[in-house]
Amino acid sequence: MSPLITPGSEFDLMWAFIIGIGFGFLLEAAGFSTSRKLVGLFYGYDFTVLKVFFTAAVTAATGLLLLNHFGVVDFGAIYVPTTFLWPTLVGGAIMGLGFLLGGFCPGTSVCAAAIGKLDALAFVGGLVLGILFYTLTFESIWMEFRQTSNLGVLLMSDVMGVSYGVSVLIFSIIAIATFLLVSKIKERIADVEY
Amino acid sequence: MSYTQQKYMNPYVAGVLLGLVITASFVITGQGTGASGAFKDIIAAAVVKFTPEFAESSAFFSRYVGAEHSPAKAWLVFEILGVIVGAILSGALANRITLKVEHSPKITSKTRIIMAIAGGSLFGLGSQLGRGCTSGAGLSGMAVMSASGFIAIGAIFGIGYAFAWVFKKYWV
Repeated sequence: MSPLITPGSEFDLMWAFIIGIGFGFLLEAAGFSTSRKLVGLFYGYDFTVLKVFFTAAVTAATGLLLLNHFGVVDFGAIYVPTTFLWPTLVGGAIMGLGFLLGGFCPGTSVCAAAIGKLDALAFVGGLVLGILFYTLTFESIWMEFRQTSNLGVLLMSDVMGVSYGVSVLIFSIIAIATFLLVSKIKERIADVEY
Repeated sequence: MSYTQQKYMNPYVAGVLLGLVITASFVITGQGTGASGAFKDIIAAAVVKFTPEFAESSAFFSRYVGAEHSPAKAWLVFEILGVIVGAILSGALANRITLKVEHSPKITSKTRIIMAIAGGSLFGLGSQLGRGCTSGAGLSGMAVMSASGFIAIGAIFGIGYAFAWVFKKYWV
């Protein structure tokens, strides 16, 4: 039965707006509107981002697994991205450097700019510049590389050779173990005022 | 009168609620949430509108010509407008709305702004090559257990940890 809304209908955009409100509200409420909290995970003084992020991913993965089991969501009818190994690795590496330098990712920069953080607004300006650079150099640098190492629609269950449900279970266990580990690390690292 | 900022939500509670929003997004609209794609779609729409001849001849923009009003291209834009409204609501409820440049006391506002522009540029570039950012490629990809989502997040956080020492003096 899912998706409930036909993609491309007027209600689709209304739902995009409503879902965006929920997304933005929670990102801000969780503390994603401050760069110093976000980068805290790299220096061990604040692991909020890691906790929120992986709790959200595990919750959504478990939720979709259950909804699929009960026939509410058809995995064939929702968007599952195709895996392009090298472009994703290189793109991710560039994003990792951007995160360290800029202190935000695109979604969190929008939230932070919305509550008046001018450094976040500068990050948003940088985003536009970076995307413009990509689009203008697309044909000469990126076009060919972006299509390489296409592994198709690859799921973690395929990679690990287990069932879909077991892959979600393993992901959940790793996430919980990580939460315990970072709590131990946090005890050893001094607080940073911000 | 002075207002005190409210504390942030418990990270696990926020995480569960965020996960439910993403689940709802898949159930209702068939896709997860994203952010970088909205900027790409706005840029593409602007380029097609203001420089149509250039757009026609560009390998990147030509596929946007004639599709600039398509709802599929506007989905993320409406979602991001929602994100702005949601963040303002949360910020207002917690008394966190103030104009400021936030940075470590060891660096100046100017340094922070330059870092933010440089970081944003890299993130913008990387998100196009990686087919999405932390939200669209990462969170939404992991929600459907796609290898792509795990690879993207592994690379973002992996490089973040590997090079954190280089930038430590700017943050801590």
